[in-house]
Amino acid sequence: MTAPLDVSGSAAEAQPESVLAGAGKAIQGRSLTRIAWMRLRRDKIALTGGIVVVLLILVAVFASPIIAVFGHPPLEFHQDQIDQSTLLPKGAFGGMSGEYLLGVEPINGRDIFSRIVAGAWISLLIGFLATMLSVLIGTTLGVIAGYFGGWVDLVIGRLMDVFLAFPLLVFAIALAGVVPDKGFGLEGNGLRIAMMIFIIGFFSWPSIGRIVRGQTLSLREREFVDASRSLGARNGYILFREILPNLMAPILVYATLLIPTNILFEAALSFLGVGVNPPTPTWGGMLSEAVRFYTLPHFVLFPGLAIFVTVLAFNLFGDGLRDAFDPRAH
Amino acid sequence: MFTYIIKRVIGAFAMLIVISMVTFGIFYVVPQWAGASPEAMASRYVGRAATPETVHLVAERLGFNDPVVVQYGRFVKGLVAGAEYDYGAGVEQCPAPCFGYSFISGQPVWPDLLDRMPVTFSLAIGAAVLWVVGGVCVGVISALRRGSFFDRLSMGTALAGVSLPIFFTGMLSLVVFSYGLGWTPPGGAWTDISVNPAQWAYNLLLPWITLAFLFAATYARLTRAGMLETMGEDYIRTARAKGLHEREVVVKHGLRAALTPILTLFGIDFGLLIGGAILTETTYTLPGLGQFAILAIRNQDMPQVMGVVLVAAMFVVVASLVVDLLYAVVDPRVRLS
Repeated sequence: MTAPLDVSGSAAEAQPESVLAGAGKAIQGRSLTRIAWMRLRRDKIALTGGIVVVLLILVAVFASPIIAVFGHPPLEFHQDQIDQSTLLPKGAFGGMSGEYLLGVEPINGRDIFSRIVAGAWISLLIGFLATMLSVLIGTTLGVIAGYFGGWVDLVIGRLMDVFLAFPLLVFAIALAGVVPDKGFGLEGNGLRIAMMIFIIGFFSWPSIGRIVRGQTLSLREREFVDASRSLGARNGYILFREILPNLMAPILVYATLLIPTNILFEAALSFLGVGVNPPTPTWGGMLSEAVRFYTLPHFVLFPGLAIFVTVLAFNLFGDGLRDAFDPRAH
Repeated sequence: MFTYIIKRVIGAFAMLIVISMVTFGIFYVVPQWAGASPEAMASRYVGRAATPETVHLVAERLGFNDPVVVQYGRFVKGLVAGAEYDYGAGVEQCPAPCFGYSFISGQPVWPDLLDRMPVTFSLAIGAAVLWVVGGVCVGVISALRRGSFFDRLSMGTALAGVSLPIFFTGMLSLVVFSYGLGWTPPGGAWTDISVNPAQWAYNLLLPWITLAFLFAATYARLTRAGMLETMGEDYIRTARAKGLHEREVVVKHGLRAALTPILTLFGIDFGLLIGGAILTETTYTLPGLGQFAILAIRNQDMPQVMGVVLVAAMFVVVASLVVDLLYAVVDPRVRLS
């Protein structure tokens, strides 16, 4: 036990400089969130990641005005930009110009810039919603397993093992194959997006679940939980008012790190042709069309870079967030 | 040790049962939930030009009107003991493991799967060896030379590696090394190892590196963290104090302890590995299970898709079992418990 700091004038000379700087002012308690925010503000790399994420979300939300100003409608054909004998773009560098910022696609001449901007929302939407679903399942089952222990823990633990060992992509491909065009009150791409959110979210909850379970195990034994219980609090109160608020930081961190994984997953499904149906533009779908045109590096490069930048930004921000909440974790 | 092995084998067996249930659920139950009638299910098995009477007959023969449990029992029996299809004109034998017949070619699915397996397994196993060895080596060197240029470079590359989609790196490497520089063969090149091992390795080199790169990054990061932690332990100082060679301290005392979490991750990553192999095959147009699955989905050839899913899942289960047993070799605590 350490005695509380004495910052009256006489003792100030014996204090380290950092305390001296604050001498005279009353010492304020800082919440964990506040400390984390202060650490995060100093982390330039994480902040850059965060800013890129915000920009990407803005691009996804304001896709139509951006396309209206800088490009052409993403589904519009521009045969005049295509050399009809080779079916390749006429201009140099894949037809890049002031009018077509990132060039045009071979054969039909669609504007690559517009298609990338228009494809952003699908990646981000599926990334976010699938993560929310897995956080929901993972937190619920993780807290229950960690808090109640015993056979409940055993059953949920086994369930997590089973899910972790599943060849996820293979099952996702299979499910995508059997889902009809209509069903569950949805149709077309709406159904496919809903299905991808469900598949990705439903299979990636164990990673969150494990972390939540471990944290709950240690929180359960803490004094404030004992105190609450001795005052007669019921399990529901302890779970929601005592344990869950303390789990928010790790959940936030690992959710941020799960989003890029899920974005990559969506891109993979679209790349394999079992995601959103063409001609709706998706980054993975654009890459799969580019497979046949190795002579056109720009066709491969830009959608790939879009995925890379998005995923990297989320990863950098998530890493920074983790370091901010728990510097020892790294 | 013996109880440990028995436990793991039983666990793997239970896992296989769960997988068979999920697969069955995906292919037989989900379509019915989504509103497909037994006739609609059967029509997927007879082709598009069938009369309603034939469809009804097939639905009856394949048992789509039976309760789900009965259908599941028949499905498992076909896998374990083989099945008989009564086509009215005659009885057709489908020897175990019976995955049914392709809608398109009418051929049994299993021999086709057997044909494709060497490609996927060569790709997966080669990449796994490459990424574990590569990742662990880079991680160890990074940890030992913490803060050096090599450390920062490799950790930066590792972060980029985690963020790159495998099909993008695959396509870029094809553009650069095959079509640009001409060092490696173009996509689609495949030689069986029994025909020419050197050609086999040469053809697979680029896919191996592509697939391994993604995973090696994670393993390098994990090894580095583990090594940094272990090398600070007291027993490492003891090992140095008693005059062991530095190499022996690092490999025998440091790495061995840092290897346990790597092995755990390796056991989990087989599921991802098969997925990665499918993406890599599609990128390089290799004639493996992944390409087979994609083609089957395009043709809506359900027995083929189901066969791939089951084989991939079984591979994951068996591979995890092998890793669990390796675990006991590396970590004595596991053996004794």
